[in-house]
Amino acid sequence: MLETLKTLDLTPFLLSFKLAGITTLILFILSLPLAWYLSQTKSKTKPFIEALTALPIVLPPSVLGFYILIVFAEVDLNFTFTGLVIASCFYSLPFMVQPLQGGFEGLNKNMLEASYLAGKSKIVTLFRVALPNIRPALLTALIITFAHTVGEFGVILMIGGSISGETKVASIAIYEMVEIMDYTMAHIYSGIMLLISFVVLLSVYIFNHTQKKIGGFN
Amino acid sequence: MFNIDINKTLHGSNGEMNLEVKCNIKEGEFVAISGKSGSGKTTLLRILAGLEIAEGNMSMNDVFWLAQGKALAVQKRNIGFVFQDYALFENMTVEENLLFVNNDLNFANELLKLTELTSLKKQLPKMLSGGQKQRVALCRALMNRPKLLLLDEPLSALDANMRLKLQNEILKLHKAFGTTTIMVSHDSSEIYRMASRVLVLENGTIVNDGTPKEVMMKDKHNLEGELLELDEQGFATVLVGQQLIEIKYSKEEATHLKIGQLLSLSSHKML
Repeated sequence: MLETLKTLDLTPFLLSFKLAGITTLILFILSLPLAWYLSQTKSKTKPFIEALTALPIVLPPSVLGFYILIVFAEVDLNFTFTGLVIASCFYSLPFMVQPLQGGFEGLNKNMLEASYLAGKSKIVTLFRVALPNIRPALLTALIITFAHTVGEFGVILMIGGSISGETKVASIAIYEMVEIMDYTMAHIYSGIMLLISFVVLLSVYIFNHTQKKIGGFN
Repeated sequence: MFNIDINKTLHGSNGEMNLEVKCNIKEGEFVAISGKSGSGKTTLLRILAGLEIAEGNMSMNDVFWLAQGKALAVQKRNIGFVFQDYALFENMTVEENLLFVNNDLNFANELLKLTELTSLKKQLPKMLSGGQKQRVALCRALMNRPKLLLLDEPLSALDANMRLKLQNEILKLHKAFGTTTIMVSHDSSEIYRMASRVLVLENGTIVNDGTPKEVMMKDKHNLEGELLELDEQGFATVLVGQQLIEIKYSKEEATHLKIGQLLSLSSHKML
C-alpha cells in the first residue's frame, strides 16, 4: 500500500487544479461585467441572457461537449489543454455569474446611488463599493467555479481525450483506472477527490457562516 | 435659483398618478416637502437628484439639469443626498466614507468635529448607532460642498431627543455652508423648526406653498384628531398630535362615530 502511495502519479490532480485555476481566473474577469450588467439592467433582453448563461447547468455535458467538439474541429483545438480551458469556461459559466449577480442584486441600491451622487462612475462604484460589499458571494463564486471545474468529466471526455500531462485530468484518470479494473488506484484517486472537495465546500460554508454571525457584509 | 417644472406618471398602490411639480427655489432656502405617504415626495426628491427620469425642465443657476428629454448625469450635479436608510458604504470606515466622496482630509476632520464624530472615525458603519450613522451620512453628503442638499426623511428612524439634536445640527450645517436644502418630512414640529418654506404635496401636485406658519396653522379654534376609543360612560379618547384628549359625547353623536376616524374638534362641540 505504502509503495503504491509513493509511486502515486499526481499529474492528473495538478492538471485538474491548473485547469480549474485558469478557468476560474478567466471566468471571473469575463463574468464580473456580465453579472454587474444583469444585476443593474431593466432591459428586456435580460431573461434571454440569463437563460443562456444558465444553460450549462441543464444541458447534459455530452450535448455541450458535442457542440464544442464540432466547433473545435474547425479551429484544431480538440485534445489540447487550451481547448479544455475554453470548454471549461462554458461549462462553469453559471457557477461564476449567478452568485455574483445574486450578490450585486442583494446590495442596497441607495448605497450604489450614494456613490453616483458622490460623482463616481459605474466602474469606480463597481470596484470600490459593490465588489467589497459582496465578499461572501464573491468567495462562493470563486470556490464553486473552481470546484465545479475540478469535477468536470463529460465535456472533457468528449473533447480532451486522455493525453497524459495535457488533457488527462483526475476525473478522466479515475475513469480509466476503473475501465482497466485497477480498483486500488481508483480508490486512492477517488478518495483524494472526495476529501479535497469536502474540505473546499466546508471552508466556504464556515466562512460564510462566520461572516453572517459577526454581522458582516450582506 | 433652482427652477423646477417636471412631470412623471407614477404607478403606485392607488393606481396611476401624475406627479406634476412646478416651482422655483431660491439659493439658501430651506424647503420642506410634506404630504401623506404615496403623495410622491420621495420620487420628487429622486427626480431632483437625477436618480429617476422625468419629463419637463430643470435648471440650477441657469445650468440645465433636464431639458428636452435629456438629463444631466447624477455624477455631474454636485448634490448632497441623505437617504432615509443612510446608505453608508459598509466596507469603509467613517473617515473613508467621507474621503471616498472627496479626498480632502482637513475638510473631513472639520465636519467630523462639527458633528462630534472624531472619536468614531476609524469605525465601520455597522458599529454605529442610528443617530451616529445619520450624522455620518450628513457629513458625507456635505463632503463635495454641494450647492444643493437633499434629505429624504433623514430623522424618521430616530427617537425624539436625538431628532431634536440632529435638527439643530442640520440647521447649523445648512447655514455654515450656505446650501440650498430640500427635506422630505412629515413631522410638523420638525418642519416648523427647520424650514423657511413648505411645499405640501397631494396626489402628485403642490397644493400648498408658504412659510410653515402660513401652511400649518389651522383655524385657531379647530383641532384635528384621530378617534381612538369610545367608552360606555360617554367619553371619547382622541389623539391630537401626540396628546390624548378625552371628550364627552352624546348618544346621538355616537351613531356617527367610527374608531380611527379623523375628527374636527372645536372648543365647544365635536364634529
